[in-house]
Amino acid sequence: MANKVVYAVYDDPEVLKGAARTLVGAGVKVRDVFSPFPVHGLDPIIGVKRTRLAIASFMYGMTGLALSMLGFWYFMIYDWPMNIGGKPSFTLYQNLPAFIPVAFEFTVFCAAHGMAITYLIRNKTLPGMPARNPDPRSTDDKFIMEVRTEDNHLGAEAIVGLLRGTPVLEINERER
Amino acid sequence: MNFTFSKRARTISIALMAIGAAATVIGILGDHTDHHQRTWANLFVNGFFFFGIALGTLFFYALQNATETAWSVMVKRVYEGILGFLPIGAGVVVLCLAAGSLGLHHIWHWMDPRVTDPTNAEHYDALIAGKSAFLNLPFFWVRTIAYMATFILFARWFRKQSLALDELSGEALVKRHLLMYRRGALFLVLFAVFSSILAWDWLMSIDAHWFSTLFGWYVFSGMWVSAMVTAVVLVLYLRRKGYMPQVNNSHVHDMGKWVFAISFLWSYLWFSQFMLIWYANIPEEVTWFQSRIDHHPGLLWTMFFINFAVPMVLLMSRDAKRNPRFLIGVGAVIIVGHWLDVLQIVMPGALGHHFHGVGLLEVGMFLLFLGLLIHTVLTTLTKAPLTPVQHPYLEEAVHHSI
Repeated sequence: MANKVVYAVYDDPEVLKGAARTLVGAGVKVRDVFSPFPVHGLDPIIGVKRTRLAIASFMYGMTGLALSMLGFWYFMIYDWPMNIGGKPSFTLYQNLPAFIPVAFEFTVFCAAHGMAITYLIRNKTLPGMPARNPDPRSTDDKFIMEVRTEDNHLGAEAIVGLLRGTPVLEINERER
Repeated sequence: MNFTFSKRARTISIALMAIGAAATVIGILGDHTDHHQRTWANLFVNGFFFFGIALGTLFFYALQNATETAWSVMVKRVYEGILGFLPIGAGVVVLCLAAGSLGLHHIWHWMDPRVTDPTNAEHYDALIAGKSAFLNLPFFWVRTIAYMATFILFARWFRKQSLALDELSGEALVKRHLLMYRRGALFLVLFAVFSSILAWDWLMSIDAHWFSTLFGWYVFSGMWVSAMVTAVVLVLYLRRKGYMPQVNNSHVHDMGKWVFAISFLWSYLWFSQFMLIWYANIPEEVTWFQSRIDHHPGLLWTMFFINFAVPMVLLMSRDAKRNPRFLIGVGAVIIVGHWLDVLQIVMPGALGHHFHGVGLLEVGMFLLFLGLLIHTVLTTLTKAPLTPVQHPYLEEAVHHSI
C-alpha cells in the first residue's frame, strides 16, 4: 500500500486545536500544521518537542565570548601592546574593564547570528529555498493539518473518517 | 481565599526578630565608634534596604497598572502585601536622617553647619560649601518629606482602589481600573525624578565630595531587583501552602524572568558607572571606588559576583525559572547580595577606617529587619482575599500561559 498524506483544511485556529485534540485522542499522530501565524498552545497537543534553539544560542554566545577574549589578548596584549590613556596594557586581566563592552557585543553578535542562521537551516527556509507548505492558502487565512499514513497504524480512509467528524472545510489526499 | 498567618510563620518571624534584636544589642555594646556611628549606619543600611524592597514594589505595581499588564493581576495582592512595609521603612530612614540633622551622628557630615561656615577655619570644606545650594538642611527636608509623602500616599491610594475594585462590576469596574491606570502613569513620572534624587540625597551625599550621574539608576535598579525577588519568594511560599491555586508555572516563570532581567539591568548600570570612572581616571571621580577597592575588595567583588554571575548562570534556563525550590534558593542568595550592595554603598563613607566588614551588629540588624518585614507583610496579606475578586483582566490572568 502506497503511503498517503492527508491534508485537512480549517479556517480557525481554535477549531483546528479542537480537531487536533480529537485526532490525538483517537491515537492519530499529526505530522505537522501549516498556519499563517503561530497558534498558541498547539505544540503540546500535537506533541512537538520544545526547541533546543536556546541551548544552541548559549553555545554560540560562549563561542563569541571566548573568541573576543582571545582576540583582545592577541591584538591588544601579545602582538602589539597598546597604551591608551595610560592604562596598564600588559595583562588581559588589568585591561579587562575596557574590553567588557566589546566582549558583550561580540557575544550577542555571535549568539544572535548563530541562532538566526541555525533557525533558517533547521526550518529549511534559507533565502532561495523552495517553499514546503502544501497549500499556498496556509499563508493567507487557512490552517492546514498534515497526517501521514506512514506515521499511523490507521489507513487513509480511517483517518479521513476521523477528520470528517471534525468541523473541517475540505480534505485533500496525496500519494507520497 | 484569605491568608491565615500560621502559628509556625509567626513563630519564625518573631524568632528572627528576637535573635536579631539580641545580636543587635550585643553588637551595640561592642560599638565603640564615636556617636555610635556604626549602630546608626547599620540602622540606615537596613532601613534603606528594606524600604527599598517596598519602594521597588510600589514602582513595579504602578508600572503594572500603567501598562495594564494582565498576568500580574493574579499576584497583585502579594505586591500590596509588601507595600505594607513601606511606612515602617520610611519611618526608619527618616529617623536616621533626622538624627543626622540633629547632630546625633555624622553619617552625612555635610549636615554639620561648621563645614559650610567660611569663618570656621578648622572644619570649613570648600567643596561641600560649593554644593550647599542643593545640600542644605531645609531644602533637603523639603525633598525628603515630598518623596516620603508621595510614596506613602500613592501606596495607600493604590491599595484602597485595589480593594474597591473587588466590590465593583461592569462599567464602574472598568472606569476605576482606568483611573488606576492613569494614576500609575502619574506615579511613574514622579518616581522617575524622585528615585534618582533620593539616591543622591540619602546615599551619594554620604560621600559628599563625590558625584556620579548614574548613581540614582544604579540604586533604583538594586531596589527593583530586591523587590522582584521578595515578591516571587512570597508567591512561591503562598502557593506551596495552597493559597494561590490559580497561580501557575507561567506566572512564576514571568516573575523569575523579572529577577533575571533586573539583575542584568543592575549589573549593566553598576558596570557602566564603574567602567567610565575607571577609564577616565579623574581623581575626584575615582575616590568612591578607590575607598572600596583598596580597603574592601572582598566585599565589593563578592557583592558584584553574587548579583551578576549568580542570576546570570543559574536563572538563564527556562527550567530554572519554573522550579520553585531552585528559584527560592537563588532568590535568597540575591537578596543577601543586594543587602551587601547597600552595605558597601553606605559603610565606607559612613565609618571610614572603622568599617571592618560584616560583624555581629550587621547580621543582627539584618535578621531583625527581615523578621519585621516577614511579620508585617504576612499580616498585611491576611487583610484581603489573596486572589482579586474583580478585575477587568482577571480572566486573562487566570489563563496566563507562556
